[in-house]
Amino acid sequence: MAENLANVLHEQLSEGFPDTHRNNSDEGADRRRVVEGVDQELNGQPPSARPSQRLESEEDEDEELTLKIYTPFPEDTETVGQRALNSILNAAIMISVIIVMTLLLVVLYKYRCYKVIHGWLIISSLLLLFFFSFIYLGEVFKTYNVGMDYITLALIIWNFGVVGMICIHWKGPLHLQQAYLIMISALMALVFIKYLPEWTAWLILAVISVYDLVAVLCPKGPLRMLVETAQERNEPIFPALIYSSTMVWLVNMADTDAESRKKPALNSTTPESQAAPSQSAQGPDDGGFTTDWELRQQETLGHMESSEETRRQVQEMPSARPPAIQSDDSEERGVKLGLGDFIFYSVLVGKASATASGDWNTTLACFVAILIGLCLTLLLLAIFKKALPALPISITFGLVFYFATDNLVRPFMDQLALHQFYI
Amino acid sequence: MGLAVFVGCAFIAFGPAFALFTLTVAVDPLRIIILVAGSFFWLVSVLLGSLVWFVGVQLSDRGNPSLQSGLLVFGAAVSVLLQEAFRFANYKLLKKADQGLASISEDGRSPISLQQMAYVSGLAFGLISGAFSGVNILTDSLGPGIVGIHGDSPHFFITSAFLTMALVLLHTFWGVIFFDACERGKWLAGMGVVVSHLVTSALTFLCPWYETSLVPIYLLTAGTAAWAFSTAGGSVRTLQRCFTCKQKIDDRVVVYSALQAPSED
Repeated sequence: MAENLANVLHEQLSEGFPDTHRNNSDEGADRRRVVEGVDQELNGQPPSARPSQRLESEEDEDEELTLKIYTPFPEDTETVGQRALNSILNAAIMISVIIVMTLLLVVLYKYRCYKVIHGWLIISSLLLLFFFSFIYLGEVFKTYNVGMDYITLALIIWNFGVVGMICIHWKGPLHLQQAYLIMISALMALVFIKYLPEWTAWLILAVISVYDLVAVLCPKGPLRMLVETAQERNEPIFPALIYSSTMVWLVNMADTDAESRKKPALNSTTPESQAAPSQSAQGPDDGGFTTDWELRQQETLGHMESSEETRRQVQEMPSARPPAIQSDDSEERGVKLGLGDFIFYSVLVGKASATASGDWNTTLACFVAILIGLCLTLLLLAIFKKALPALPISITFGLVFYFATDNLVRPFMDQLALHQFYI
Repeated sequence: MGLAVFVGCAFIAFGPAFALFTLTVAVDPLRIIILVAGSFFWLVSVLLGSLVWFVGVQLSDRGNPSLQSGLLVFGAAVSVLLQEAFRFANYKLLKKADQGLASISEDGRSPISLQQMAYVSGLAFGLISGAFSGVNILTDSLGPGIVGIHGDSPHFFITSAFLTMALVLLHTFWGVIFFDACERGKWLAGMGVVVSHLVTSALTFLCPWYETSLVPIYLLTAGTAAWAFSTAGGSVRTLQRCFTCKQKIDDRVVVYSALQAPSED
């Protein structure tokens, strides 16, 4: 009987093998099709043992439900006309949600309900930093078949999330803050790429660039009112919404106020009082320069004490260093870009790489198109010197290049590459 | 196939280009913008070229293979001519940008010279051209497969990598020569660049016969390198000076010794 048992077990094992083989080969094929970690057609069904697949499909249904609210009309219809109609309706719903939210934000800002806005921003960044990154990590682990325990995962997500919240909403090194803003934009874009049906996504991109143009340039546009109100009240716009390329140098070194402090441009905490002339500030902390050191120095070199005038003169001497930046200059040197722009750029490039059959050519073309659009927008910004919409030019170029490259350049390049012809 | 082939071919194809990019372009944001602008111009030119080819294919008989290959050659030639036309357009734009930068700068001189812009623009054309030709092939090399199983050459990947590298370098040199030719009105040099590009593209049509395609292309690359070097102001003497590391005496040394004098009193 022991032999029979061994035989039975052996059979079960050998039966298991073909399944895993098939799963592995599927995984190879899947991996090539999965770009950027997610592919909407595969819909998160990785090759794994069968019992857990049922669990995953339940989770996916839950996740799909969350975005189904915004895009209720399905795109797998029979006729092209029906599909077009459904995608137009989906896009209309999404855009109206965005418009309503923007108007709500502007109204709250106008009536100074700062607490509500801060709470809203904190909740949304909490959601992005913890929940969405958890889902993303889950997808990555599933795709690459990496085993991970919950404790390590909790530690990683906790640290990532808490540092992110601190960097975005309070103070942090500039590059870390920029990195976190980019990461949350990318996560949001991944959610859009994965859960928006294809035609809906392209339509939303087109319509939102038109909306951006209208909202920023029209006198009664919500975003323009937001920017103008912020400028009237002389407050920076909320840190969780804007990506800034520089910090603000508050004070010039030769001024009466002692230190030149670096302060992140976006933290809207009340500006610290700039009193205290230099001498008294140095009182308790002499920086290691003890009194007998100073006496000795005065004996050997004569009385040397820098005052503001001498320091200013030294500063004004031509030197290899660039001159100290005045505070109003630095605001002009830095550039601020809204996070929504990042999100939609990423959606464009991500969609291009996920759904185009031209693989890398289309992605590269969209990438260059968006960069050129951004360069042109910055050029216009330098000319007009007021808030401009960053989406229209880039998204237009991106869409044109996507469809053109996918339909025209790809077959041409494929034919050339097949015969190893170079142009 | 596999990771070794992928990494090797990627470094062969893009190594020099990325080294040039990292050391010379990535340090200056203005050069990065010029790089992206150059890539954009190349993309538009290829778009128009493939539009021409596409229209030709749609209007012609699909079933006739010799006609299709003839159309492909024609499409490639049109694409080369369009690329050079857009290189000229890029020159015009950068010249205007140079004047604009000079007018808004503090001392009336633009922060970047036209020769530097020529180099960056050439590198841009090279990078994007190499990327479009080579990246799909590289990603295919990462996966499983057997090369040349139907009788084609088994050296497909490595020759593609070498061709890509040659093309990247050639575009850089052509950029330098072409801008200089446009600047000084040397139309012969400009035509030389166009002819050289057509010849290179034509040589790749001989492709599986690598002795006649790869070797002449590399000779052409070396020749164009020497031509671009002399156009940019180099000569055998400057090359010697560079290699023997002779440098001028630094003026700042004198100032330092002047500062030291008081403390010796």
